[in-house]
Amino acid sequence: MTNFSNKVTSLVSENAQCCCELSLVEGPTGSELKRRIQELCGENVLECYQCGECTAGCPVAYAMDIAPNQVLRLAQLGLEDEVLGSSAIWLCAGCETCATRCPKGVALSRVMDACRQLALERGIKPKEPEIAKFHDQFLTEVKRFGRVHELTLTALYKVRTKDFFSDVFTGIQMFLKGKLALIPSLVKGRDEIRRLFSRSRHGSEDS
Amino acid sequence: MRIGVFVCWCGSNIAKTVDVEKVVEAAREMPGVVYATDYKYMCSEPGQNMIQEAIREHKLDRIVVASCSPRLHEPTFQRCVEAAGLNPYMVEMANIREQCSWVHERTPEATQHAIDLVRMAVAKVAKNEPLSRSKLDITRRALVIGGGVAGIQAALDIADAGYPVVLVERTPSIGGHMAQYDKTFPTLDCAACILTPKMVDCASHPLIEIWSYSEVEEVNGFVGNFEVKIRRRAKSVDESKCTGCGLCLEKCPVKGIPSEFDEGTGTRRAIYRPFPQAVPNKPVIDREHCRYFQTGKCGVCQKICPVGAIDYEQQDQVVTEKFGAIVVATGFDVWRDEQAMAQFGYGKYPDVISSLQFERLMNASGPTDGKIVRPSDGKVPRSIAFISCVGSRDEVHGYPYCSKVCCMYNAKQALLAKDKLHDVQTYVFYMDIRANGKGYEEFVRRAIEEYGANYIRGRVSRVYPDGDQLVVKGADTLLGRPLEVRVDLVVLATAMKPHDDAKELARKLGISTDQYDWFSEAHPKLRPVEVLTDGIYLAGACQYPKDIPDTVAQASGAASKVIGLFSKEAILSEAMTAFVNEDTCVGCGLCAEVCPFGAIDLVEVVDREKSTRDNQVMKTVARVNEGVCKGCGTCAAACRSGSARLRGFDTKQILAEIDALADAALSSKRL
Repeated sequence: MTNFSNKVTSLVSENAQCCCELSLVEGPTGSELKRRIQELCGENVLECYQCGECTAGCPVAYAMDIAPNQVLRLAQLGLEDEVLGSSAIWLCAGCETCATRCPKGVALSRVMDACRQLALERGIKPKEPEIAKFHDQFLTEVKRFGRVHELTLTALYKVRTKDFFSDVFTGIQMFLKGKLALIPSLVKGRDEIRRLFSRSRHGSEDS
Repeated sequence: MRIGVFVCWCGSNIAKTVDVEKVVEAAREMPGVVYATDYKYMCSEPGQNMIQEAIREHKLDRIVVASCSPRLHEPTFQRCVEAAGLNPYMVEMANIREQCSWVHERTPEATQHAIDLVRMAVAKVAKNEPLSRSKLDITRRALVIGGGVAGIQAALDIADAGYPVVLVERTPSIGGHMAQYDKTFPTLDCAACILTPKMVDCASHPLIEIWSYSEVEEVNGFVGNFEVKIRRRAKSVDESKCTGCGLCLEKCPVKGIPSEFDEGTGTRRAIYRPFPQAVPNKPVIDREHCRYFQTGKCGVCQKICPVGAIDYEQQDQVVTEKFGAIVVATGFDVWRDEQAMAQFGYGKYPDVISSLQFERLMNASGPTDGKIVRPSDGKVPRSIAFISCVGSRDEVHGYPYCSKVCCMYNAKQALLAKDKLHDVQTYVFYMDIRANGKGYEEFVRRAIEEYGANYIRGRVSRVYPDGDQLVVKGADTLLGRPLEVRVDLVVLATAMKPHDDAKELARKLGISTDQYDWFSEAHPKLRPVEVLTDGIYLAGACQYPKDIPDTVAQASGAASKVIGLFSKEAILSEAMTAFVNEDTCVGCGLCAEVCPFGAIDLVEVVDREKSTRDNQVMKTVARVNEGVCKGCGTCAAACRSGSARLRGFDTKQILAEIDALADAALSSKRL
């Protein structure tokens, strides 16, 4: 418990950015970012009144550079670079605790998703590259097999990140318990799944 | 003398601490007591029946109830014994709850304390004399001071109940601040659309007289019988002749006087009416600016007036009128301290304006016909910053209180600005959003979510010009970072404050004010429309900042109090009032000085007739006006000669109580 609260306070001091002045001098503020987020996930970031419930409940907030509610605040102000360049949008585990508890019904987890998408779209280098690589590898697996094959995923992810030894004991234990199948199992209708992928990639023009 | 003592358990409130039976036993031994008993709830119906039966059965003529504070149940037991045929003032209460059981542990001393309190009450009641309340007449005509929406509502309600009303307004027209507004939150009703019909109703109501351009000078008398001196300032226009055609308004050569009604955003002439829908819709001449009054030359309005209504010779009239009740509805003023607002550049940069000025700019009947433009160059602003809490919640420069309505009108103005100018960016700097009325929170969210008002939590440190724009330096405390915005127009939500002369009016009325000069209500929760002086009621923002719904509700509340007063056959005076023994009074006037209600006057009376010559020897004595006296006893305590006394708390009664206590203490060796 003590440990946890230490983490929370240290988060505040380490990541305080008081020195960095916001400037809204450049005309209409961030309507473009707000519009794109709404387009991608349907959430209106203006609905957030900054109560802090999302941050209070977030299991990974302690590790983020900006708190989850600040992601929304920056999005409200249209500070695109700060939102899309943050680690927070990548560290979000998508557990949806924030969305479940939000009194305004804003699904922040969806906003996070949209922000990740926008970051990739605009070629912004992910602040947490391993996580981005994992997501990418995960989807490659789904596209190929129709579902994830853990062993292939782990192996290729390790190749991509060039990090071969972390979690290796966990991997061995999982293998011994039969949690990691050697041969990928395929699902039926993989063509449909591929079509789903190509459709979502090209957006509405395909549908 | 047959005294009955009734000791209450108050459930366990008294009985758990005080040995009630012991108190009853002790009471039976007290001088004059012929009957004593106890009961679980003496104030309940069986308890009261018990008292009434005992009065009949034991022929009791004086009653002591040992229970709670007389503040709570003295009237209950007075009614109870009155129903049994006794004078209601033959009851005394011994407070053995608040002053005994609630402050003690269960010890023999607690019971002894209760016995002592009963003993004192028994000694006092033995000296009680029957008192009666006298009837006072009521003048069934009300005075409403202030012609804003509060005064208008109160006047209409009272007049609709069938009582005549005089509505006194200081400016040339009724309508008040509400007439200045564009639309009203949260429904966006147009203020004029809902107010002007009420103004017209006032003017056409057979029981309402509107005295505009008039002020209250002096108030005398008491509830039901006020005498009020009112100055009806010379309008220089004969209202009986004027048709309100408006020709003089067009021809008057003195132009460019900043219009008070437009908060200086527009101008008026020397002969003017504040706004086209004014009630009464007849102009007045502002003598300070009128060329005729200043130089003796001009007279254009007199020459042009087709009905000869201009009367330069008109004088102020001071009239004294009788009223039974007074509703004070003088409203508020806005904070205009330019020096204290220097950080925002108010008074320095023309494009920094107050919210009330912005309201005039948005209003279709305002100086710009409702077009929002910058005062400096008449251009349409592309971005507007609204700054909250300017002078409110600022104990150093302004006032520590919250002005209550600014959060809402900020949202309204941001929303309407966006509605009128689609491309405008709006920024609202706020500390907290206080939106606690019906539909208010939803309204603010609408301004943010649908109309895209950029709400930024944090105070503004500075506004400074950059080119033809203004830079607002603030902070986003949600992110904990400083921030700046460049805008075309800055609107300050300035605090609501009492009128500068509120204290002066309070003095005339004999009512109290709080530390800011808002008028004080009698009780903050249970008597919100009354003041401590009977017959005077408060309505609207003269008591504290209020929005329109609260103002109208309070005005109707005040009116219903007036109607309730007028529907009584007569007013019953207090029975426990002070009186002065004029034979021993030396007329020093100390009692009159200390009386908090102004109930004591010094009068000349005949001391004695001189038999030898035909002149009389006069002397000055104090005399109590029983209609005003509240029976507080301050005069009796102050009187050096013991001439001022209080019925129900006479010296002999108080001394009897003290003697009883001292005797008991001595005989039980406690002293």
